[in-house]
Amino acid sequence: MTTFLTRRTALLVAATCAATLGLAAVAQAQTSIKIGYAISRTGPNTGGAAVTTIPNYELWVKEVNAAGGIKLGDKRVPIEVVQYDDRSNAEEAVRALERLINQDKVDFILPPWGTGLNLAVGPTLNREGYPHLAATAVTDRAPELAKRWPNSFWMLGTSADAAKTLVELLNKLRDEKKIGDTVAMVSIADGFGIDLSSAARPALTNAKFKLAYDKSYPIGTQDLAPIINDVKALNPDVFIAFSYPPDTLALTEQSRIAGFNPKVFYTGVGTAFPLYRGKFGKNTEGVMGIGGWSGDSPAIKDYLARHKASAANGAEPDRWASAVTYASLQMLQQAIERVGKIDRAAVIKDLQTGSFDTVIGKVKLENNMPTRYWWVGQWQDGEFYGIAPAGNEGARKAIVPKPAWVAP
Amino acid sequence: MNARAAGLGVLALAALVLLAFVPRLGNAYYLALAISLLQYTVLATAWGMFSGPTRYVSLATTAFFGIGAYTVAVLGEILPWPLVLLIAAALGAFVAAIVGLSTLRLSGVYFVIFTFGLTELIRQLVVWFEVNKSRVLGRYVFVDITQADIYWQLLALTAAVFLLGWLIARSRLGFALRVIGEDETVAKHCGINTTFAKVALFTISATVMTLVGAIMAPRWTYIEPSIAFNSMISFQVLIMALLGGAHRLWGPVLGAVPLTLLFELLSARFPNTFTIILGCIFLLIVYMLPRGVAGLFEKLSATAGGKATGRVAA
Repeated sequence: MTTFLTRRTALLVAATCAATLGLAAVAQAQTSIKIGYAISRTGPNTGGAAVTTIPNYELWVKEVNAAGGIKLGDKRVPIEVVQYDDRSNAEEAVRALERLINQDKVDFILPPWGTGLNLAVGPTLNREGYPHLAATAVTDRAPELAKRWPNSFWMLGTSADAAKTLVELLNKLRDEKKIGDTVAMVSIADGFGIDLSSAARPALTNAKFKLAYDKSYPIGTQDLAPIINDVKALNPDVFIAFSYPPDTLALTEQSRIAGFNPKVFYTGVGTAFPLYRGKFGKNTEGVMGIGGWSGDSPAIKDYLARHKASAANGAEPDRWASAVTYASLQMLQQAIERVGKIDRAAVIKDLQTGSFDTVIGKVKLENNMPTRYWWVGQWQDGEFYGIAPAGNEGARKAIVPKPAWVAP
Repeated sequence: MNARAAGLGVLALAALVLLAFVPRLGNAYYLALAISLLQYTVLATAWGMFSGPTRYVSLATTAFFGIGAYTVAVLGEILPWPLVLLIAAALGAFVAAIVGLSTLRLSGVYFVIFTFGLTELIRQLVVWFEVNKSRVLGRYVFVDITQADIYWQLLALTAAVFLLGWLIARSRLGFALRVIGEDETVAKHCGINTTFAKVALFTISATVMTLVGAIMAPRWTYIEPSIAFNSMISFQVLIMALLGGAHRLWGPVLGAVPLTLLFELLSARFPNTFTIILGCIFLLIVYMLPRGVAGLFEKLSATAGGKATGRVAA
């Protein structure tokens, strides 16, 4: 038994050694930029990473390499990828990054998916001096974190800002006499839901909205019908759900079944997913949600087409963090090319001060954060357009009241 | 025997001193790996301390680990570090004593299910409190503790756990527990206060697990219930202790070290097929090494020397 095990282990070790040596030989034959990432391929974060992060990383690497690579000085060098699975686990993510930095000696690192993991790897990337372009993290401590870790860039903004923008939009709609002032709010009992609802609560009260319903539900709640029935009985003008993808789908489905059709119907993460349109088709018309993009911009249209052509099964990107993720990769590339060599401190400096041409338009960071975000989007005619802040380029006018649900 | 024990002691001390220099290697990856090794060594040894002699299979490792981590998340920025560790340990001991008193009368599969549920219960309590009372879910731990500090604390804890385990095994308590493990009814008839013995050891083991959670927490900056109460820890510790052999103090180490290294090798080389390979390895362990590596050693030395039978029981 023991000999069997030992022989097996020895074989395994021998095989991995051979594979490593083989890879090393290939790497030495060409000069390349080594880019590493640890991403959640298993565990609870898989869904988000598979929609928003992985396809964009793969698309970007494919495109850059097809063009000959990243321009360093006067020659182009291809990207070589080293990637691991962080198993949606903070400890694993930290260790994978330490492996990427110390063992694989990668030149740059792409961040993991989600707020928790981005915060977990923050200190490591800061200590080792790698740029950290967090494109899928929403946290109210972002400005403070950017100060603490000057190498970190918080591309998706703060939840307080998200809630504030939503309330501003509602305020404007009320001034235009399109809605009344009763609001029903539900939130998931997890980081995202708690952060947004605790920012929205005072903002709504200050704007003199009547908060008729304000409850949270635990993660994994299967039956959301009681919530929708309670809310429907109150007949609010506005329904806000700070929800996660599974409950975003369930709340929408329940509302359709119950015939609950408020003037403003807003749901959380997942509304901007292509999956949402796939499930509800025509019924998405007028549904608002977190995120959005300038669906009319040629750059976005072009990005959408390239993403569809590159991703497995022609999958579409989500209409919130996907384009931001891709834009952050473009920024990284432009910063490296402007510096012209692998000098991470200079690249960080360039990211802090330079301006960048990306699929989401021109980006110039202030205090390591973008100045414009899409906070509210709305499904209009099969596309999820950004509608607020209204000052953003390409902002569409909101369709209010929301059209009635139709039979599927 | 005395000379042998002294020799082992000197050897252990030398190893300890040598290990204390790992952070001086200056390679953050090896340091991270060493932290991981120590973490699982302490957890698996603490698990084996209680579950080995009593044969109660506990899945509550995560619960105590999480309590420790969460204590740091709440108090880490407010109080000095030693005090935070002290409070974490006290909290872990308190919860363990209550849980022990109310559940160690259960046995067999009921106890396993209860301990598994306990993790979920504590996690939901934390979530409920954060959602309804403090209205923040996800806390930030910004304390001035380096990776080397974490490593040294874990190393000290490892030394303490082995010393403690060695002392307990030589005490009346250790003897009482072995009797309970063999036959609880007989133990009661011998006049052993079985409840006290079990609760005492459960509390000691849980306190150590809580301390590991507290020491590890500064590594992640951000803590939310799903990170702190990750039930994978319970299962990994269990399988490590089983592979090593929980009936010996030094058994779980023989499982924790190779399995941690194996996890590392697999996730580095086969990131996409990690879980499949892991499942196969677990099957192999359970079928081929039912008494763990420690049991295998004993069997080997028994066939070689033919004298080990007395020592297995001792």
